[in-house]
Amino acid sequence: DDKLLSEPLSHPDFFNVKELFSLKDLFDARVHLGHKKGCRHRFMEPYIFGCRLDQDIIDLDQTMQHLQLALNFTAHIAYRKGIILFISRKRQFCHLVESTARECGEYAHTRYWQGGLLTNAHVQFGSGVRLPDLIIFLSSLNNVFEPHVAIRDAAKMNIPTVGVVDTNCNPCLITYPIPGNDDSPTAMELYCKLFRMTIIRAKDKRQQSEVFNELR
Amino acid sequence: LRLMYTATAMQSKNVGASGPEKYTEAFIKKQIEEFNLGKRHLANMMGEDPETFTQEDIDRAIAYLFPSGLFDKQARPMMKHPTEIFPEQRKIQWGEDGRPFHFLFYTGKQSYYSLMHETYEKLLNVQKYQDQLTAQDHLPQKEKRNLAGSRWLTKIELEEMLLEKLSDDEYSRFIQLLQKLMMLPCGDIEEKYIQKFSKEVPVQLQKVVIEPLKYDERGVAFSTGEGTRKTARATAVVYDNGTGKITVNGIDVLHYFPVLQDREQLLFPFQFLDRVGKHDMVCTVSGGGRSAQAGAIRLASAKALRSFVTEKEVEFMRQAGLLTVDPRVKERKKPGQEGARRKFTWKKR
Repeated sequence: DDKLLSEPLSHPDFFNVKELFSLKDLFDARVHLGHKKGCRHRFMEPYIFGCRLDQDIIDLDQTMQHLQLALNFTAHIAYRKGIILFISRKRQFCHLVESTARECGEYAHTRYWQGGLLTNAHVQFGSGVRLPDLIIFLSSLNNVFEPHVAIRDAAKMNIPTVGVVDTNCNPCLITYPIPGNDDSPTAMELYCKLFRMTIIRAKDKRQQSEVFNELR
Repeated sequence: LRLMYTATAMQSKNVGASGPEKYTEAFIKKQIEEFNLGKRHLANMMGEDPETFTQEDIDRAIAYLFPSGLFDKQARPMMKHPTEIFPEQRKIQWGEDGRPFHFLFYTGKQSYYSLMHETYEKLLNVQKYQDQLTAQDHLPQKEKRNLAGSRWLTKIELEEMLLEKLSDDEYSRFIQLLQKLMMLPCGDIEEKYIQKFSKEVPVQLQKVVIEPLKYDERGVAFSTGEGTRKTARATAVVYDNGTGKITVNGIDVLHYFPVLQDREQLLFPFQFLDRVGKHDMVCTVSGGGRSAQAGAIRLASAKALRSFVTEKEVEFMRQAGLLTVDPRVKERKKPGQEGARRKFTWKKR
């Protein structure tokens, strides 16, 4: 059992998440497109490649690295049977995100965020609740273009976060930011597909390892 | 280095703040088994057949074995099926390892949001189907569906269905989604799904049936009517081909109602229909006072006359107020006052 949990940690890319995406896929899904120069957030400047006709272009090399780290991390969490919560407050992609979460067997929250969900969970839900072990933000702003409350709450409750940060977002409190576009449908579908594949892959790997252990 | 003693506040548990306690599935199952066992024991105790012991028998048995003079029915000893006692929403929503069962658990209102999710999915399916049909140019024309006989579920009914509290805004959003789904040309595919959330409104037309004329042994047409006023109850039988003779409780009208005002009240329906000397009337009346009895007989005779007269004249009678029951009754006296309205004399000092 101990070996089951410690073995994946010894490899840098145990679940081989690098093969799930390539630079061309990211480019075709328009992940590199950011908002206009006026919407740029100060802390996103390191991740921006340049500015063309007032529109920011995100550096896809950095995005590749960040995406690989984030997917690897989610795979490890899913392998260790953690609870994953998908959050996105974009009305366009609410249905997509919820369907992705349902197919993975994980959880989603694309609706109005009630203040005490994470910090006041024992009162809202009951006394034996288990909070999510990872929160994935597919869009880290809420409907009023302010940072989502869950980023701050997750930091308060020591819950690691993975988030797609656009050029107008604040990447500070997110543990594994992924600089990239969060407004195009193609980009969102790509992210959903990648997360779904990693989580399913990690869960299958876990099942296989358990079966292996049983046989021994 | 000296050890510094610092006072640490003990983490006192605020027991009340954790909300109502939750029940596991296993606990509820055990309660159901215990209930069934207890039901059989009770049946044996009462000397009845355990197989056919219904809930009413249980209630009667408990009321007999544990008599209680408490006023509030809910406070008396009761033995009911656990599903009625333990409310559905208090069941714990996660399994042994802590993982919640529903994928929208962390939103707080899982049933409402999953309903919205499903409805939106149906909407997307219908739109996709519509696009397919448009591509093949087979789009059907929308016929106006008759909405008169159905209504949407009310907010309270929806809350009962979902076992969750809803806000007005959320309810209106859901109804708007359903209406949007229904308005689409190909919305008929999801008819069954929409029917779950609509209810039939029964047609409420209650036309008052005017009874036809009856004929007695002499071949004279007659009809009966009943009337009430304050505490008086009257029945009147109006005969055709008459001379305007009126009998009340076997006594002639002149002797029974010496006052002109009461006799005028009796005359009013006939006068209104210009049939003053054409009908005979035999009435029985009881209760009330002089004026109340007169009013009761007036209403009874007007109701009886409906059978002799055309529909238009019935409408005229109704508009004249001849067919309406007078709702005024004696108002009760209140404590702290002399009468119903009169207060005690106000004294300055």
